[in-house]
Amino acid sequence: MSKALLERNLFELIRRTSTDLPRDVERALKQALKREESGTHAKWCLDKMLETVAVSRSGNLPLCQDTGTLIFQFRVPTGCDTNALAAATRNAVSRATRMGFLRENTVDSVTGAAYATNIAPGAPQMIFIQGARKTIEVRLMMKGGGSENVSKQYSLPDEKLGAGRDLAGVRSCVVDAVLQAQGRGCAPGIIGVGIGGDRVSGMAYAKKQLFRRLDDRSPVHALAKLEDQLTKELNGLDIGPMGLGGATTVLGVKIGALSRLPASFFVAISYMCWSLRRRGMLLGPEGGRLRWLY
Amino acid sequence: MKTLEYPFTKDAVQNLRAGERVVLSGTVFTGRDRLHKFIGEGGTVPVSLKDGALFHCGPVMVKEQGGWKVLAAGPTTSIREEPYMAGIIGQCGVRGIIGKGGMGAATAEACKNHGCIYVHLVGGAAALTASCVTEVKDVFFLREFGMAEALWVLELAGLEGVVTMDAHGGNLHQDVLRNSQSNFNK
Repeated sequence: MSKALLERNLFELIRRTSTDLPRDVERALKQALKREESGTHAKWCLDKMLETVAVSRSGNLPLCQDTGTLIFQFRVPTGCDTNALAAATRNAVSRATRMGFLRENTVDSVTGAAYATNIAPGAPQMIFIQGARKTIEVRLMMKGGGSENVSKQYSLPDEKLGAGRDLAGVRSCVVDAVLQAQGRGCAPGIIGVGIGGDRVSGMAYAKKQLFRRLDDRSPVHALAKLEDQLTKELNGLDIGPMGLGGATTVLGVKIGALSRLPASFFVAISYMCWSLRRRGMLLGPEGGRLRWLY
Repeated sequence: MKTLEYPFTKDAVQNLRAGERVVLSGTVFTGRDRLHKFIGEGGTVPVSLKDGALFHCGPVMVKEQGGWKVLAAGPTTSIREEPYMAGIIGQCGVRGIIGKGGMGAATAEACKNHGCIYVHLVGGAAALTASCVTEVKDVFFLREFGMAEALWVLELAGLEGVVTMDAHGGNLHQDVLRNSQSNFNK
């Protein structure tokens, strides 16, 4: 592995994720714009969103000042030196912070002191999974605090919601979470849902759904159906962009299911803001870029 | 569209109603979690916030030729400042809050009692908002609170927002909340 090449590509991954909204998300915003009537706050919001996307892309500027939790997911070949990958990632994060592609966005939870480089206990997040190929796949999501704060986890049955241990119960949880969030997660949101698992794996799986392209469909028929149904239902709530009313409350719902214990039935909801900053790269064994993943 | 320019007079603020769009110009002061807690616990700030607006924002700044340049400056979620906001409005004479997501009952009451409004920006429109900043005039508490939490003094030109909480009890957030809940119950 070439350290310099790897660092250069990881830096480029961060720069592009921060400044260049993926096309599938931009397309969804444009489609949403067609649904909203002229003169409404909804249309005004979506216009501003699309305008800022263009300004960020052409001006090489962060899409949002909250450059978020940095979640790196690596799929590596057998025998890959993940320590070297982690070191290169940290160096790339430091450099991107110095250059203003990332905000000084990491705080010591005990003292309140800010870390100047975003390198700290637990930051950036890096997950390494061994894959079957000789290439390295790396994906990055930058998830801001506003959307993370309105994310939720439910344990079914939930008497208050009248939610039982079935897909109808899952639906109730998702609607409740979006109703509670209103515009505070920077609607229109993308809703990642993880059914099952334990409290940790379920939430992680919900977040993982946000790496899916907006135009894909769940391979599980029942979940694909629920995704469509919920998207329609949530957009009928009239919460709208930024919670100021309108026909676009979500850009999509992505649901995945893990197995569970007989005793547990968790529904985790990871709310992502409209500015879904996620990119990915396929790297050769030496760390050279083969192609972009989104 | 109506315009609002610093210093914000009580009259100008009371003239705006929830649901109206407004263009902001002139000086604003950023402040978020650390600053609100600091003031709320008796700390004093080195600038006068009287007739000014507190902008809930933690910008991305870079140092350039001795000065600061703002790269991204969208609004942050305001509701976290709810425990302190009403007190700060009364104590410091703040006339405007700029942020996203709206605020709670105590802030709404303080807006009514003292003549203050809440202006909602488009969250995530950070580069666009930054392009409305014509000058970074000053910064306080940079070392103590860090870049995101510092009090930045910004000069704005032509920043568009929506008044979502007015000085007469009007509250667009409450309207949308009620409406969405009734849509769900249908």
